[in-house]
Amino acid sequence: MRRSLLTEILEARTAGRAMAVITQLQPLEHALYFADDTPTANKLAAQYQSEAEQALRSDRNVLIESDQGNVFIQAYNPPLRVIIVGAVHIAQFTAPIATQLNYEVTVVDARRAFANAQRFPNVHVVNEWPDRALPKLKLDHRTAVVALTHDPKLDDPALTGALRSNAFYIGALGSRKTHAARIERLRKHGFDDAELRRIRGPIGLDIGAASPGEIAVSIMAEITRTLRRPKLREPSA
Amino acid sequence: MESRNIMTLRVDDPLHTAAAWLKDGHNVALATVIATWGSSPRPSGSQLVVNESGEFVGSVSGGCVEGAVVTEALDVIRSGQTKLLEFGVPNEDAWELGLACGGQVTIFVEPVTDSVNHG
Repeated sequence: MRRSLLTEILEARTAGRAMAVITQLQPLEHALYFADDTPTANKLAAQYQSEAEQALRSDRNVLIESDQGNVFIQAYNPPLRVIIVGAVHIAQFTAPIATQLNYEVTVVDARRAFANAQRFPNVHVVNEWPDRALPKLKLDHRTAVVALTHDPKLDDPALTGALRSNAFYIGALGSRKTHAARIERLRKHGFDDAELRRIRGPIGLDIGAASPGEIAVSIMAEITRTLRRPKLREPSA
Repeated sequence: MESRNIMTLRVDDPLHTAAAWLKDGHNVALATVIATWGSSPRPSGSQLVVNESGEFVGSVSGGCVEGAVVTEALDVIRSGQTKLLEFGVPNEDAWELGLACGGQVTIFVEPVTDSVNHG
């Protein structure tokens, strides 16, 4: 691999671009495939375009063995992120679990007494209200949004922002009753049933979670399932 | 924006390390897991970078074959030629040879160079 290619890979990763590195093992040759780019002129990238797309879609690297030689395709998707709105007790358990699962974690809460580096070490802390913070966070299809504040004044703007994005997961803490009321409020913002079904509520897989740590496990389990098995959907509440 | 990439660009990231080492004038080889069978501990795409002093960052197994990969990588740095390594043998030597779990792993080692690619 040439240094110039390495630099290009690192730059694309910093920019959060979905990219596949195509390596022909013998004779050694590399090409980059970018999901957001116009069809490439590079012969190797053009030849393996569909495999590169598939690798990115499934988030799996693939070794293609053929008579013409072996080719390894490595998928670099933008980082997985969890945006936690509400620096509450459950958030303190959710953040480290998400970090362990290789998510970049951002905690959004304007209250500095709640959201600070002491309570949330090693994650991003944004001390702003959700309606201001979320647009700056550029939610994408690799982002999960978790609303934990219990306060409609804060949760609703977070959910509204999430619904207007491609976030792959949106969850909100609260009982079925709370969730039903929330859905009715959001409907008045002009969201239809299909859009509102994107919000998982009550949040988390139903594993009987009781303590904050258990609820955090149920949330991250639901996010994992939504990521890895996007077609599997629970009936809406 | 500052909220991105603490994971991808942290200091123990192999590719990031490779770039930093090249900048400092080191010679570098990159090892990548390109295939796994059975219960191999690190998934396809896992990477390890090695410099000419034998320093390495990253992992391609649970720690069982890193020593052998580093040795092979030093050879790749010297020769400029790629290598394809296979580890993990499902016999009584498995423990000693590498992957105690019985998994198998194929690792591709290539030089990272300032000049043109070597074949």
